[in-house]
Amino acid sequence: MNRILRLNMTTRTAAWEETPLTCRGLGGRALTSRLIREEVPPTCHPLGPANKLVLAPGLLTGAPAANTGRISVGGKSPLTGGIKESNSGGLVSIKLARLGIQAVVVEGHPQDDKFSLVRISQDGVEFLPADDLVGLGNYDTMARLWKRYGQGVGVMSIGQAGEKRLTGASIHFADPNGRPGRAAGRGGLGALMGAKKLKALVVDDKGAGGVSLADPEKFKEASRRWAKYLLDHPVSGQALPAYGTAVLINIVNEAGALPTKNFREGRFEFAEDISGERMAELIKARGGKTKEGCHPGCVIQCSQTYHDAEGKYLTSGFEYETIWALGANTLIRRLDDIAIIDRLCDDFGLDTIEMGCTLGVLMESGVIPWGDGPAAIDMVKKVATNDPWGLIIGNGSVFTGRALGVDRVPAVKSQGLPAYDPRAEKGMGLSYATSPMGGDHTSGYTVAINIVGCAGGGDPLKKQGNIERSRNLQIATAAIDSTGLCLFTAFAILDNPEALQCVVDMINARFGLDLGTEAVTALGEAVLRDERSFNRDAGFTRAQDRLPEFFKEKLKPHDVTWDFTDEEVDKVLEGF
Amino acid sequence: MPLQVFLNASLRRYVPGYDPYRGLTLEAPPGTAVSRLISQLGLPPEEVTLIMVNGIRRPPEYLLQGEERVGLFPPIGGG
Repeated sequence: MNRILRLNMTTRTAAWEETPLTCRGLGGRALTSRLIREEVPPTCHPLGPANKLVLAPGLLTGAPAANTGRISVGGKSPLTGGIKESNSGGLVSIKLARLGIQAVVVEGHPQDDKFSLVRISQDGVEFLPADDLVGLGNYDTMARLWKRYGQGVGVMSIGQAGEKRLTGASIHFADPNGRPGRAAGRGGLGALMGAKKLKALVVDDKGAGGVSLADPEKFKEASRRWAKYLLDHPVSGQALPAYGTAVLINIVNEAGALPTKNFREGRFEFAEDISGERMAELIKARGGKTKEGCHPGCVIQCSQTYHDAEGKYLTSGFEYETIWALGANTLIRRLDDIAIIDRLCDDFGLDTIEMGCTLGVLMESGVIPWGDGPAAIDMVKKVATNDPWGLIIGNGSVFTGRALGVDRVPAVKSQGLPAYDPRAEKGMGLSYATSPMGGDHTSGYTVAINIVGCAGGGDPLKKQGNIERSRNLQIATAAIDSTGLCLFTAFAILDNPEALQCVVDMINARFGLDLGTEAVTALGEAVLRDERSFNRDAGFTRAQDRLPEFFKEKLKPHDVTWDFTDEEVDKVLEGF
Repeated sequence: MPLQVFLNASLRRYVPGYDPYRGLTLEAPPGTAVSRLISQLGLPPEEVTLIMVNGIRRPPEYLLQGEERVGLFPPIGGG
């Protein structure tokens, strides 16, 4: 794979080029961040012509190994103003890899206000008018594109939020059922795609060869072991398929780290109502599916299909983060109300974590009552109308807080915080504060160690050990994000040293290399260097690596506060 | 105040009629190991891979005073 496809949205033309030297050997997040670092002026306006939207499959994507089909989407974030990589499942990544495309770079800006649809296939690249899709949500858009171009084609699209360039907007990918349940959710990349006037991308790999393997026998052997490691680990092999990520509601609640009522307390009285156990029960009773993969080759199958009380399909990819944000954070206790909002967010193309933080800010200022599901649903629906409230809340928690004069806004680098209170999970607090991505939970997921107990465990309530944990996990995650691997493979990697070696064996067999596991660390470090360097040049200083001051208040039940000094926080990514 | 024990996910099936809102209220003399509580409840020990006492992760050997909140979990994880 050594071709990059450039889509020039100013001229509506496509060009192929050989991968630049500085990008050879990179994939996924390593590639998107390298391209953004090299080609996007860090002080450009994120919605202007100089920003670029970059898609890249991972180093292992397209090869016959389990859980390697994720995609990285990058750009200068319209939400944070810094660099962003957003990761998703779906069908596009594998198809791009099979077509020999290492990255797609969307550049420029149309001079008129016409949206395009771009179709990539074995025959080439077509730019088509998207007039009939403009104004449609992702559900209708994907249904129409599957009807027009074939069931099972890869689709990436934006809904009404991205069309309007709202900074809470996400990019969605068709899942194996053709629904927009998968998202490159965070950082407003939907607004970037909307600014480029790209409504949807269709990727059809019919006729494409497989991905070439330097040593097919070695690859097959490593891949066989890899699948076994994933299935043998209790988290990836049992827990996630049975209950999905929502299984975390009761565990994080028990640990006293479930942010409740806009990050006021660590336990939610009605956690059971929004738990993974309750969700599984309802799914079984109503005829949904408790187990589903988000991309071909996934053996973990953590996703699900959730039906309403009448037994009709309502939503899928109903994740822990979403349920927390729209539930415990807002005090909404009815899972069906939360599912309706999840569906609306997938359709309009909105980051559910950001929306949950935003609803918390709305409730904080009294615009809607705490715990009022129907009122929250009505607000979210406004995003797809001309109601100015839609413009406010579609732009996220910080923008909404500013509009309403609210000082209690849980965000870092303007990105709303995810589902772990930093006072009761101090490793996560450090990751939130220092990740170049902004308030982000996947970048350095210390929960796996501190709460779940992987890799020997750690203490989430004390400072000790968490600086190293956040740092090491941020490095390792940056590397995993570059391989196309689903991050849930990290549980197996954390607990089994052979699993990491196996990933290296697969990379070596794919490319004919002879790397050791230190290459993984080196890759992760290179990514963080590119990202921190971009952010510095974009104007970020240490002042952006801080949590909001209200985290100095005590959090029940553990009566903990955010007590790291600024100097301690700055140690996490020192040197990058 | 007695022990309050919450069972999660697949562990619930070992106690028929388990109420997830109230959990189980049990008397246990001070110095009872969590492992003893687990076997008293009829839970296979290898299925209880995560134990929390008053919201803090503890090993099965941990000795209870008899008035704590205990959460028991099978292998779990997520994002």
